This record gives sequence, C-alpha cells and structure tokens, in this order.
Amino acid sequence: MSKKGIPWISAIPLALFLILALFLLRGLYMDPRELPSALEDKPLPEFALPVLQQPDRIVSKQDLLGKPFLINIWATWCPTCYVEHPYLHTLAKEKGVRIIGLNYKDEREKALNYLDKLGDPYELVLVDQKGRLGIDLGVYGAPETFLVSADGVILHRHAGDMNERVWQKEFLPRLQPQGATP
Amino acid sequence: MILRWFLMLALLLGGGSALADIDVYPFEDPKQEERFRRLIEEFRCPKCQNQTLSDSNAPLAKDLRELIYEQIQAGKTDAEIAAFLQQRYGDFVLYNPPLKANTALLWFGPFIALLLVLVFLIRRKMARAKESPSVLTPEEQARLQTLLNEQNKDKA
Repeated sequence: MSKKGIPWISAIPLALFLILALFLLRGLYMDPRELPSALEDKPLPEFALPVLQQPDRIVSKQDLLGKPFLINIWATWCPTCYVEHPYLHTLAKEKGVRIIGLNYKDEREKALNYLDKLGDPYELVLVDQKGRLGIDLGVYGAPETFLVSADGVILHRHAGDMNERVWQKEFLPRLQPQGATP
Repeated sequence: MILRWFLMLALLLGGGSALADIDVYPFEDPKQEERFRRLIEEFRCPKCQNQTLSDSNAPLAKDLRELIYEQIQAGKTDAEIAAFLQQRYGDFVLYNPPLKANTALLWFGPFIALLLVLVFLIRRKMARAKESPSVLTPEEQARLQTLLNEQNKDKA
C-alpha cells in the first residue's frame, strides 16, 4: 500500500456520505408536488371560452390583453379554493389586480351559487367545462394561478392557494419589471 | 335488518358506478389499440407522484387518456403526442428522461462512477505490483527453509 494514497482514498466514503446527506436534507424542505411549469416565458395558449354568467358570450385570449392579469383556476369541488377566495378579494379590491377566473371542470349552477355566496373578485369568469384549456396550461389541480403579462406571456405559475406571502414573494417581483400593476 | 339491506344496496350501487368509470375506447385497428396501451404506460400522470396515465384514477389522467386516444385517431405520431404532453407538463410526464444539460448527470453518472472505480483499482494494482517484490532474497529463502524444517520436525 502506498502511504501517500491512504489519506485521500479513505476520505471518499465520508465525502460520499456528506453529499448524500446534503441531498436528503434538501429533500426534506422540498415539495414533491411542486412541478416546474413548462409554460413560463411562453405565450398564453389560444382559447375561446364562454363566460360563466353569459354563456352566449365567447371570450378569446386577445380580448384579455392590454394590462397584466392573473388567471385563477378554481372550482366548487376544490376545498383550497374556498381558502384562497378571501385573498382574491383583497387582491382585486385593495391592490386593483385584474383576476380572470377559470371555472375548471365544474357545474354552472354550483359555480354561480359559489360566487353568489362568497362574492365575485373576478373581472371575468370563463368556463372550462372539459378542462381543455386546463390541459393546454399544464394544470394538474385546482387552485392554480398564472401571472400573464400585458402582451400575453406567462410570467409565473403558482400551484396551490394564493396568499399574501406568495403574492409578495412570487408575483410582485415578476410584475415590477413590467412597470404596472395588473 | 333495514340497515343491512341499506348497506347491501349501497354496495351494489357503489360497485355499479365504479364499473361505469372504466373508460372504453373503441379502436378499429388493433395496432392503434396496442399503441394506445403502450403510450398510456409511458407517461406519468402529472397529478400523481408516481403512477402512469394508465394506472391512475385521477380525473386528469382520464382526460389525458382521452386526449391521447383522440390524437391517435387523428393520426398523430408517438413523438408528436410526447411533444404535446411535454410542452404542457414538462419533463415530469416522461418516464424516459430526455438527454439535456440538467439530466446529463443522470445519464452519465453511473458510467463516470464505474470509470472512477476502474481507475482506482488499476492504480492500486500497479502500486502493489511495484512495492511488493515477489522474489525473496537468498537470506529470506534460507530463513523460510529453516522455519519450514522446524515445523516439519514438530509434526513428526
């Protein structure tokens, strides 16, 4: 055995262990449900969907552009949507944020009832009954919220409930370079 | 008694609705059906942590199965269907990760580890060969002989 070789070779298992421990430690603080969005910095997909309150009125992507806005995917079957609903009111009323609701795979009557009872923070609610825009957006559950720039580019996607912390940490920093509040 | 009947009825009704949930996709071409079966095994359900589209009962997995069915009917190739899903849900849906900068370690890591071990083993072997001369000096040879002789004497 070469005496020179011993120290660095015997350090290898320890180094490997430390690297593994570091990865495992990091894993403790990661949410496996949080997926990277494949759509960030890509244009919002094209769509033409009816408005919840006026089923005859069809709205497309072009009708929404001009100022940044949020797309909030919600449904009456989604418990977390009830949780985040009050904060959507705060965003709309106090911060003047444009929120487009996307009623995702829901029933019209129930959705109307929900907004009646809990109030309507949305500029517009579109109906995605079959969930096809949801698939185009890569939605895998509700609620999800997308930040869209004035010219229709997806700046950010957040899966889970909207709240003050998420707004401050994830949405505002991406909005400020845009120079305007939605 | 009434409760028992009620439970039985509930079981029957529940079973019926579970059966109704199994989707049926009519295929005219058995080759297309085989492609469909293979494709839904190949993609991961985005809603679930580790289930294929075919395994999962999530409504989203059902929607995506339907979508794959439609795309097969529309004559899309496997690569086009994979690209469609990847554009929307990212690499997460692929069980077979593409070779990219951030997956290079995943692809080449095992080979790099193997190479390192080989280099280590060869170096050690070479170092040993250099340091331990296999031939004994004449004095050592003589000493060995006396030791062996002594041992033989003891036995005898």
